[in-house]
Amino acid sequence: MTLKTHFRDIEGRSARYVALLGGLLVLVALGVLAALMKGSQGHYITGMNNQVVWGLPHIFAILLIVAASGALNAASFSSVFGRVAYKPLARVSGLLAMTLLIGGLVILVLDLGRPDRLVVAMTHYNFKSIFAWNIFLYTGFLAVVAVYLWFMIERRMNRYVPIAGYTAFIWRLILTTGTGSIFGFLVAREAYDAAILAPMFIAMSFSLGMAVFILVVLATFLGTGRPLGDLILRRMKNLLGIFVAGVLYFVLAYHLTNLYATRLHGIEAFVLLNGGIYTFLFWVVQIGIGSVLPLVLLFHPVWSQSRRVIAAAAGLVLVGGFAQLYVIVIGGQAYPLEMFPGYDMSSSFFDGVVASYVPSLPELMLGVGGVGFAFLLFALALKFLPFLPASLSDEHVDPHADQSGTRTAAAGA
Amino acid sequence: MSSDNSAPLSRRQFITGAAAAVAGLTIAPGVFLLKPAEAAQKADGPRWGLLIDTSKCADGCTACVRACHEENGVRSLGRPETDAQWIRKVNLTERATGHQHSLPVMCQHCENPPCVDVCPTHASFIRPDGIVLVDKHSCIGCRYCMMACPYKARSFIHEKLTDQKPHAPRGKGTVESCTLCVHRIDRGERTTACVEACNRDGHKAMTFGDLHDPDSEISQRLRNYGSTTIRADLRLNPAVRYQGI
Repeated sequence: MTLKTHFRDIEGRSARYVALLGGLLVLVALGVLAALMKGSQGHYITGMNNQVVWGLPHIFAILLIVAASGALNAASFSSVFGRVAYKPLARVSGLLAMTLLIGGLVILVLDLGRPDRLVVAMTHYNFKSIFAWNIFLYTGFLAVVAVYLWFMIERRMNRYVPIAGYTAFIWRLILTTGTGSIFGFLVAREAYDAAILAPMFIAMSFSLGMAVFILVVLATFLGTGRPLGDLILRRMKNLLGIFVAGVLYFVLAYHLTNLYATRLHGIEAFVLLNGGIYTFLFWVVQIGIGSVLPLVLLFHPVWSQSRRVIAAAAGLVLVGGFAQLYVIVIGGQAYPLEMFPGYDMSSSFFDGVVASYVPSLPELMLGVGGVGFAFLLFALALKFLPFLPASLSDEHVDPHADQSGTRTAAAGA
Repeated sequence: MSSDNSAPLSRRQFITGAAAAVAGLTIAPGVFLLKPAEAAQKADGPRWGLLIDTSKCADGCTACVRACHEENGVRSLGRPETDAQWIRKVNLTERATGHQHSLPVMCQHCENPPCVDVCPTHASFIRPDGIVLVDKHSCIGCRYCMMACPYKARSFIHEKLTDQKPHAPRGKGTVESCTLCVHRIDRGERTTACVEACNRDGHKAMTFGDLHDPDSEISQRLRNYGSTTIRADLRLNPAVRYQGI
């Protein structure tokens, strides 16, 4: 029988917590500084140019947005799929989903050429644009998850949790479809224009979100000295492994399909064989360090027992996801547009050559600023509202509880 | 992992709901995207376009580029990767034969412009006369149009600009491209800076005119000699047409 789950806010007075907030504030300050520099100087101080129009900030933003959708996994497993083991983690899962999304959106907005015109973006909609759709999908996600959290925390509303959880789960699938479709709908470029990008992004959201969530759970429980049993960790690391394999499947299907089409051999050779940094990032970081190595770590009979190994695997998945987005976003733009099939082209506007892109310090500052902002909001929320369960020891996460009909025992999630 | 038959929603309900949601999401953009195809080609009123005969376009000649940039106040700031270019000369070498020629490429003023489709705020828009423009007041600088353009026709303004031409306002943080010299057309002129320069130099490789007027020079040339468009496979029906590629 599961024990009743108690949720308790964190005290937030320890030196470690204050230091964490201080560190995150520094990151946020770096982001603000970068935004001010870009605002006053213009984008020429970044590595972005007329060839590579989206750069490092977009990698950070998409990583956060995709991970936000996946951070909701634990809540969905509890509310939609009825896995009571995840019930104590549902609140923190919803909270993390919201803060990660906010962090990603802040980066996107601050990287606009005219961030001061955000109100234009919020009042003039072109519904042919997946970007305009995404504005609704992102703000709607925040609203849906906020209501979901409220239903979880407010005892009187607990009975509506399944409906809210179901809505949030569907919404996150649509949201990530929208994010993947930003690229999937681009007919002009060889690397994009593929329907598979939408489900691939959904698979990435599951794996990247799970990786972030595992690291956050480890950090918050160990950091606050709350008991954390191995049962829940083992479940999560197994799922992470399955999700990583899922992403690999979509990557394989994408490249195999492209390799079959002669017209796409150029972009495939660029990514897989002779693209320099992009080929390196694909094979070594995305596939090797970010997929195969974590799979080995997560499923090795001995190593996978260690929390350090699980944490390392989750970290590597994030590194791999970063590399994957770098290859998709930057690599897809660096590869020249094939305007004249069968011709070599050249011009003073960098036609026909691989575009150069060197990430700049302001871009990195903006990216880490968004990450810092996401986790700052998260850390503050833990202090003021009871998101975190007091214990996740194995008795609280009894795997046999499902059959014993004690689902009502755990309150509020 | 253990199973739980008393899940709040049965697996069947869940899959049905998910399928309905995904189907809705799949169909909805298509409904919106079909609109421009339906609204195609208003026969009344002009559609301005260019015809470029690449056999007359001289290698190394950049008269059209210089004239355009002079006309619209586009100048290099010494940073080629971020400098704006509204029109450029592209050199082509056919891989199979080694045959070389060159041609100017600018905004192709598509009938179904991807930049207009993807712009979240309607800042990218197409006028009834077919000219594709950026509204400088509602462009938020997201650069999605630059991702979507198959012709690399657009530039983002990466830094502060001075000495702008009153008829061609430009602003840091927004996107811009060839306007087909819309200021001239709206004044009643029937030529563009690039065409004028090409004619002045005696090459006569470029013709400007109304694609909807069967008696216009451009329509007659197109009818008599045929033409093609860049990335014709995308079926965007550009107003800039080429001969000799």
